[in-house]
Amino acid sequence: MTRTGKSRTGLFAYAVFYLAFLYVPVLFLPLFSFNDSAFIAFPLTGFTTKWYSQMLADSAMLHALGNSLEVGALAALISTVLGLLAAKALTRYRVPGGAALLGFTSLPLFIPDIVLGISLLLLLSGLGLPLSLLTVIAGHCLICVPFAITVLMSRLDGFDKSLEEASLDLGETGWMTFWRVTFPLALPGIVSSLLLTFIVSFDEFLIAYFLAGSEATLPIYIWGQLRFPYKLPAVLALGALILIASAVLVVIAEWIRSHGLKDRKHTMVGA
Amino acid sequence: MTDEPFIHIDHVSKRFGGTAAVDDADLSVGRGEFFSLLGPSGCGKTTLLRMIAGFEFPTEGEIYIEGARITDTPPHLRPSNMVFQSYAIFPHLNVFDNIAYGLRKARLKRSELKRRVEEALAMIKLAGFGSRRGDELSGGQRQRVALARALVRRPKVLLLDEPLGALDKRLREAMQIELRQLQKSVGITFVFVTHDQEEALSMSDRIAVMSGGRILQVASPRELYEAPNCREVADFIGEINFFDGVVKGREGDAAVVDAGPIGTLRVATQAAAGTKLLLAVRPEKIALSAEGGIVAGTVAAAAYLGERSHYNIAVAGRREPVSVAAQNTEKSVTRGHAQGDKVYLNWAADAVVVLPCD
Repeated sequence: MTRTGKSRTGLFAYAVFYLAFLYVPVLFLPLFSFNDSAFIAFPLTGFTTKWYSQMLADSAMLHALGNSLEVGALAALISTVLGLLAAKALTRYRVPGGAALLGFTSLPLFIPDIVLGISLLLLLSGLGLPLSLLTVIAGHCLICVPFAITVLMSRLDGFDKSLEEASLDLGETGWMTFWRVTFPLALPGIVSSLLLTFIVSFDEFLIAYFLAGSEATLPIYIWGQLRFPYKLPAVLALGALILIASAVLVVIAEWIRSHGLKDRKHTMVGA
Repeated sequence: MTDEPFIHIDHVSKRFGGTAAVDDADLSVGRGEFFSLLGPSGCGKTTLLRMIAGFEFPTEGEIYIEGARITDTPPHLRPSNMVFQSYAIFPHLNVFDNIAYGLRKARLKRSELKRRVEEALAMIKLAGFGSRRGDELSGGQRQRVALARALVRRPKVLLLDEPLGALDKRLREAMQIELRQLQKSVGITFVFVTHDQEEALSMSDRIAVMSGGRILQVASPRELYEAPNCREVADFIGEINFFDGVVKGREGDAAVVDAGPIGTLRVATQAAAGTKLLLAVRPEKIALSAEGGIVAGTVAAAAYLGERSHYNIAVAGRREPVSVAAQNTEKSVTRGHAQGDKVYLNWAADAVVVLPCD
């Protein structure tokens, strides 16, 4: 065997080990969700779907799931709209201090969530605002906007600015130019941004924990369930379903992204 | 209102921060004229065009089209349309929808819209291409679609920002002729930006030569070439030889000029004795002969270029050789001057351009 052959085998083994390390623990989720035992341990004792029916019967869990979907959807929508406006301003106009502005909007990415959570809690209680899902949405927007700006800026930078000028030149106002040119061309980026920010919000725990008040998002609910071992298999069943849903979302996002790429040469980060 | 200029750029300046991209531009374009803004990159020609289009607004001065002040009118309300350097064909629309884009506000009946767009497609010889996508077109086709998309709105002025720059040489030359014919047939005023002096000379009725944000000269192609008004214009348009000179005295309408190594010349100028002048002679205005002439020299380099030959003639006392172009009007495989030959330079008295010394 040649030297390169040897090192190639070594690299291959490393890649297999790496992927196994990443994904095998995740695969335990669906595996144990079908195991007929309340204890998460080998050996497997038999096949069952009762954890799934138990999960569906758990109204508190479904309520938390509904909360998470609601928070995720609204946070995704708001942060993508804000991100689109910011990306348009930063890529199309001479904004004084634009680079500093971009730095400031990405700052929440670098502040530990626990610090962000505590400071938001202090701010809200100082203002006397009650904690609710709305405060969670506000907190999630703070961390989602930087993702939205990054995705959308690379999309807007990816197409010729004179396309928008051509539209103005051909008699359309700025607003109609946005709808007839900017929006359709930015659409793959907008969809990417919606999916990405939704996922960021959906699995966010710390900020939601501080700001949710008496409501619970799914991560908070699951965390609460860990104290009751007999409830754990139903959490696994839910986890398995979320895993499948995320995989489908990622595939859709990738498909839209590569579809967009095929039409127009440009690169997009994130998503 | 026929004596009024069609487009009037009235002492327009545009400053970005401290630097002037356009510095006190003042010019008029006539109705139906093919007018070019010519200059090297960064000379301000594109900024001036973008101010006419409404994408930039002047720091000072006013712009009028047909007597109406449009200085701060937004682009969508101006009677002009533009062909962009990148063509800016909308990638999410097909050719038909690209051309129909600017007709939405006209609220035409479906059949009328179809007729107008198909007319435009026929004009650019792309009939039947309506359903093609923008990215399925070649460079030349994209350029034509951009042209049709602008002209279908029947603008008063068509603005063209280096529209031929992205095409290869043969296609560019074909499009120059086509564009010029199109302009004649539609009768719309064209303002054309280019850095290619040959392109400007071959297409334009008049040309404004720009440099460093300033307009140096506005004239017909022939006038720019034969009678440039300053060293920069003379140098930018074609090739030219410069000779420094000082007026020694006057002989009627002519001045006797001491041109150093070139000798003493008589040139038509009103300049008084003692004035320093810059004399300029185009290479093709100079004739070479074996005996007798204005000044003697030696062939330093000779290049045979087919229809003409190009010579560099070293003249004693001059650092730069004199550039001479000779048409090969006679069929011969042996004629012409070789390197090292002694030759004399000759030119007609009126071939000399007298420029102010700067």
